[in-house]
Formats: sequence, C-alpha cells, structure tokens
Amino acid sequence: MPHTIRIRKGVDIRLAGAPSGAVRDAAPADVYAVQPPDFHGLVPRVMVKPGDRVTAGTTLFTDKTFERIAVTSPVSGTVRDVVRGEKRRVLSVEVTPDGAGTSHDFGALDPATADRGALLDRLLDSGCFAFIRTRPFDVVPDPTVVPRDIFISGYFSAPLAPSVAEVMAGRMDDFAAGAAALGRLSSSGRVHVGVRTGDSTFDAVPGIERTSFDGPHPAGNVGVQLHHVAPLAPGETVWTLHPEDVANYGRVLRTGHYVPTRVIGAGGSEHPAPGHLRTLVGARITTLTGGAAPSPDVRIISGDVLTGTRVGTDGYLGAFAHAVTLLPEGKAPKFLLTSGWLGAGFDKFSVSRAFPTWLMPSTKTWKLDTNTNGEERALVVTGQYEQVFPFDLFPQQLVKSIIAHDLDGMERLGILEVAPEDFALCEYVCTSKLAVQSIVRKGLDTVKQEIG
Amino acid sequence: MKALHNLLDGLRPSFQEGGKLRRFWVVFDALETFAFTPGHVTHDGVHVRDGIDLKRTMFLVIVALLPALVFGTWNQGYQYHLSIGEADATLWENFAVGLWKVIPLIVVSYGVGLGIEFFFAGLRGHAINEGFLVSGMLIPLVMPVDVPLWMVAIAVAFAVVIAKEVFGGTGMNIINIALTARAFLFFAYPKQLSGEIWIHDIAASKAAGVAVDGYTGATALGHLANTVGKPMTDPEVTGIMSMFTDTGMFSFMNAFIGTIPGSIGETSALAILIGAAILIFTGIGSWKIMLSFLAGGLAMGAIFNGLALNAYMTLPPLHHIVLGGFMFGMVFMATDPVTASATETGKWIYGFFGGLFSILIRVFNPAYPEGVMMAILFMNVLAPLIDYYVIQASVNRRTKRVAARVSAA
Repeated sequence: MPHTIRIRKGVDIRLAGAPSGAVRDAAPADVYAVQPPDFHGLVPRVMVKPGDRVTAGTTLFTDKTFERIAVTSPVSGTVRDVVRGEKRRVLSVEVTPDGAGTSHDFGALDPATADRGALLDRLLDSGCFAFIRTRPFDVVPDPTVVPRDIFISGYFSAPLAPSVAEVMAGRMDDFAAGAAALGRLSSSGRVHVGVRTGDSTFDAVPGIERTSFDGPHPAGNVGVQLHHVAPLAPGETVWTLHPEDVANYGRVLRTGHYVPTRVIGAGGSEHPAPGHLRTLVGARITTLTGGAAPSPDVRIISGDVLTGTRVGTDGYLGAFAHAVTLLPEGKAPKFLLTSGWLGAGFDKFSVSRAFPTWLMPSTKTWKLDTNTNGEERALVVTGQYEQVFPFDLFPQQLVKSIIAHDLDGMERLGILEVAPEDFALCEYVCTSKLAVQSIVRKGLDTVKQEIG
Repeated sequence: MKALHNLLDGLRPSFQEGGKLRRFWVVFDALETFAFTPGHVTHDGVHVRDGIDLKRTMFLVIVALLPALVFGTWNQGYQYHLSIGEADATLWENFAVGLWKVIPLIVVSYGVGLGIEFFFAGLRGHAINEGFLVSGMLIPLVMPVDVPLWMVAIAVAFAVVIAKEVFGGTGMNIINIALTARAFLFFAYPKQLSGEIWIHDIAASKAAGVAVDGYTGATALGHLANTVGKPMTDPEVTGIMSMFTDTGMFSFMNAFIGTIPGSIGETSALAILIGAAILIFTGIGSWKIMLSFLAGGLAMGAIFNGLALNAYMTLPPLHHIVLGGFMFGMVFMATDPVTASATETGKWIYGFFGGLFSILIRVFNPAYPEGVMMAILFMNVLAPLIDYYVIQASVNRRTKRVAARVSAA
C-alpha cells in the first residue's frame, strides 16, 4: 500500500456532461497544429516553411534559448502554414496530414542500459522534452539542469477530467519505459507518481514511488502532490509531466517512433456525445466536439474549464490539453431578482453558503455558463482562497505581493512552489472576480526574469 | 424585465463617452449593475465562476443586520414610552416612535456616504464598490437615538473620506469605517454625546415633568463608569450596582434580550446572535474572530471578577459581554475582513485581544465607557502587524522543514 495523503482543502465542481465509457477513436483531422504559445517560456525558431514535407517526429520549431529543445510534428504530411500574430509572434505551425502515417525512426533504446546522454538526446530530439514542465516557474525546463526528481500525477481531479484508467489503458509498458528513463535523468533517480486512493492503474509499474491522494480537486495537481511529498528547497528543480506524455516518450524508446497520442475527456453540458476520444496532439478541435453545431452561444474549450483555452471552431487541441469542454456562454444579463445577486440561485454552484448549493444532493450535476456572475472589485473578503488551496502558503498575500510587484515578498510567500493552475480554484471562488491565474503567471515570469 | 433592460440600453449612449451625461457614467453603471448582473463572460483563466459576488456578500451582511435593526427600532420606541411611564404602549406605537427616529438616520448615513462614494468613483473613473452598503447601515445602528442629524452627516463624511477614500477606497482602508464615524463623534462632540441622547426626548420629558424617576437617560456602561474611583460601599455605587441584579433595569436577561437604553442596534445580544448565526452559516463573517473575541472578553471579565477590586470588576463576565456594544462590535465590526487580520491564525489572535481590550478599556478607563470601539480600532491598526508575524513564523517553519528534508536526503 502506498503512503496516503489526505487533502481536505479544495472543491469538486460537479459539472454536467462528464465523459464516460470506453475510448473511441476520433475522426482524423484535416489539419494538425502545434502552437508555440502552449509551451510557456519557449521562444520558437521555426525550422520549416509552408509546403515542406514532414513526417511524425520532424522538427517544426526549436527554442531560441535552448536550441536542443525541439517541437516536432504529430503527423506526416505537408506544412500548410506558419501563422503569425502581432509583432510576427508565431501562433501555430499547421500541418496537413497525408494519411500515410509515416514517422521518423529514432531507433529503439533500452531505458535500463542505454547511456544517460542518449536518453536525454532522444527525449529532446523526439519532441517529448517540450512536454515537460519544471518547478519552479512552470516553464519548459533548461535541458542542461539535472532535476532533483520527477513528479507525475496519475490522479485527474479537474472538473470533467477523463478517467485515468481509460487514458492509460494499454499504455502501461510505454509508461514504465518512459518512467524508467526519466528516473535515470534525475539526480535522485526517483519518479514520484501520485494516484487517487484505491486506483490500481499504476500498481504494476516497477521502480516508481507511488503516493496516494485522497480528496477533492486540486489534489490531482502535480504541484499539490510535490508540495506534500517533497517540497522544493531553494536551488532545486523538479520536472513534472502528464502520464500520457511519459508513455509517449516510452514508446519512442521502445519502438523508435514518435506518436503523440492524446486520450481526451470530451464533455460539458453542451457536448452532444461526452466520452473518451483518442486523437493526436494538435488535432483540429471540431473532430472532438461530437458534431456540435457552431454557435456563438457555445464556448469550446481546449482543456478543462479551470485551465483550458477558449478556441473557435477553427481552433486546435492544445499541447497540454487533455479535455475538450463545451459550455454555454453566459452573455445574457441577469435581472437581480430572478437570476442575479438577489435571486434564490438554485442554478448557481457556490463554494460559499450564500447560495443554496449546500441544500442539493451531492450527486446533482450543474450546468454552469461562462458568466462572471459579478463585476471585478477590490479584494474585500479574506479566508476564501485558503479553503481551496491545499498548500502551506498564504495565497491571498502571495497574489497581493505579485500585484504590488514585491519580488522579495513573492519569494518569501512561496511563489517558486506554485503554478498558475494551482490557483485556478482560487480564481473560481474569488468574490472580487480577479484573474488570479494570470496574476500568478505574471509573477512567475517576473521572478524568473529577475533571478533566473 | 426585458422592458427595463431595453430602457437601460436606450439610456446608455447619453452616459457614454461623448454623451451629454458622461460625467454621471458611474451612477448609471452602478444602477445598471445593481439591476442586472451584466452579461460579462470569462476570458482567460477559469471559464466558470462561482455564483458569489460582492453584491451578494454585502447583501447577506445587511440581512444579518436586520434582526438588530428591527429590534433596535422597536426598542427605541419602547424606551421612550418607558421613560414617560407608558409601559403599556403597543408594538406599533413603539415602532412608530422608533421608525420616526431611525429612518432619518439611515437616510442621512446612506445619502452622505453614497454621495461621497459616487463622487470619488467618478473622479477616479472606478466602478462603485459595494462596501458602503454595509457601512451605511452600521453607522445608524451604533448611534444614540437622539444624535443630531447634522452630526451624523459630518461623522459619515469624515469616516468615508479620511478612513476610506484617502487610502484608496473599498478594500484599502486600515480602520473600520463605521467605527471611525462613531469615534469621530465621540471625540469631536464629547459634550453632546455624553448628554441625554440615549432615550428619545428624555430631556424634554424631564422638563415637562413626565419622565419616570430614575430615568437618567444613561446607558448601562455610563452608569458603571460612574462607579469607578468610589468605594464599593458608597451608596451611589451600591445604587448603581443594584440595577445589575436579576431584578434591576440592566439585569442579564434585560441586557440579553435588549430592552435597555443604548445605541440603536447594540442593545439586543439575542438579535445580534441571530445575525451572527447568519454570517457564520453563510461563511461571510469569520467565526474564528467572533469566537476568539468572545473568549477574550470572557477571559478579561473573569480575571476582573476574580480580583474584584472595585464594584465594576464584580460584574460577572457573562453580564459584561451582553452590555454595551461588545456583541455588536464582535459580530459586525471586528469581522470586517478588510480591517481584520487576513491570516487564519491571525484571526484568532486579533479577535482574542480585541475582546480582551474591550473589557479592559471599559473597566479601567471611565472616560471611554465604550471600550469595544477603541479596542477594535486599536486591533485594526495592529492587524497588519499580527499578519506579518504569522506569515514570518510560517515562512521560518517551512524553511526549516525543507532544510531538514535536504539534510536527511
């Protein structure tokens, strides 16, 4: 039995339209896109131009700072376009697949016996490295820094998250290979996997350190698990990544081929057919929306409702998205007595008891829209973030120190231990409707710039 | 409701940039968002938001204040009728007198306060925050019934400008706004405020000879302050202390129910406790502050009771906390999240010393019979310091723990 850590703070937002059932293959997309802004901290140098032939595993762009970091094509085909935004910032590199499914052969490597340098090279060249995030800063890591250890969360606790068992079904050999290799790349050799109490998905994987977590979201956030298992000391770094990306790396090692599989949770109250869908990183989003008619009243989110990105019908599945969520837009004004701030609010899900959420059975699922339910205000209420923030830190004070640009304060208050996603629920519950995650991101970027 | 919304849509252009009434945009915006939660949707970050907003929060505090407001309104009428010997006045007669006195106070408080809020919001181009909705209701409830309205207007103006706007408005203030208004009156008009204003028209009733004997118009704490410095056997002291026995005017039961003279909203511990239950249940008021405040008050009361060096000290601790503004301050003033400690550990410390100092000041300094006001303002000022040390202690603990892990590895 793994060691169990009980997380008490947090909340499960019980949204309608949860994905369930066995994994289905999504229709192949007409275009796949890899979007540099997904890889925070990476400055892209595009290596292809429209019309170039690529196979799965061909480098599309590299990082200007750490040139060894490559981001590779998920499919074989032709580069359709390099889309640029303001100041010629690269927004996406689009590839039209040829359907041949050919992929670059990197050659197989045995994670147990291969040279450590060869394992790292394979990680970088195949494009798998870009899917790693580092703490502190929650950015793509510097490949020359050896991490203390590896943290993987095998507990998907976010609202409407896919089932761990479905995502990892048939991938355990790949996962074991990837985890073994990653362990050899860290200084301690430890690969920590956080699992939900009672989940046996990762039981058979040798060489990993399992810790089980019991409690509501964000107990599945890798940052929460890191904080409770082995918090960072100054100067230390760890790598964090999703188990699916570990398995994709493991497949590169075992077969030599890069196939960035994604099994996503497709859901939300507006999704016509919630379920688990198998696709590839960067697939056009419309292949995952179950044929929902495009409508200005429906929001398509690449990712979950707390950390995902709003995309249009011409959007793509983000590199770090493991869900596609469809929610009703909340553009209609709400009259104070019927559905506004004086209303009974039976349709409102609230962590506070200011609405009758607490009266409802815990099996009720909620159809929430994207209305902010109020205007942005000065911070008045205290003690609210703390209810959903299972860190031994002071979330509101940290947010205030970021707003005040107090570098020393941010460090003292533990900004190096957190990622924006850890503040997602703080943002959800915030009475003053602050954009807490983007504030934290700004703080992390500032600290990184100032102290490296 | 479509019609109302269409009307607002039609009016909007004249308030927007280039319209004739653009100076009054904040007023339009405040009224529009009051009537309709705007159809604003989330952009980056989370895509769904909790139902709660500042309007709902403030509204629930008002709901929690209602029992004290309703009871206080009735009680002012009741006290008036008692003072002229008409103890059999009906419920409605009592309410009529109460409403006659309380409504103007509320109107003045909101009128002056919101006027200043709107002015500053317009000046700064900010949206109007809902903070004053609560302050504007708290201020009348901590006023003596016969306080002149012009004094209230000046006190509100002083409190809103000096305690709040100069610090940057809602959420930025260091000290509680309603208490600042009360303290301003106390220090600016000491003579008027210690006069016969605690029972409606008591001076006139006395002059007309209709007042009942023994009705001096003083509050319980006013009476008790008179015992300080006199021996326990002094006939005046024993006379005062007899009012606090089970059959006296300020008996525990009377003080708990609230049928005694005092500021409008503060007399009934029962009504305030109903409000406390609402605040605690909805999670809007911190139960940690209330509980520790109560513990602090009881502890200090018990210490005094144990020493019993003078007549005031012999008052039982439970009796202490139902008198004066202790309960009202504990539930509605000390819990103001902007001016209280923001850390959870800090809330315990802040509340405990708030309660402790309330009783300490009350008993030791007869010049400030309303110790709770001074104690909370004092703790407001100390709150950032408490938070500073709580956070520093946590940072040190965390650093040590990480260091221990690193050296063990």
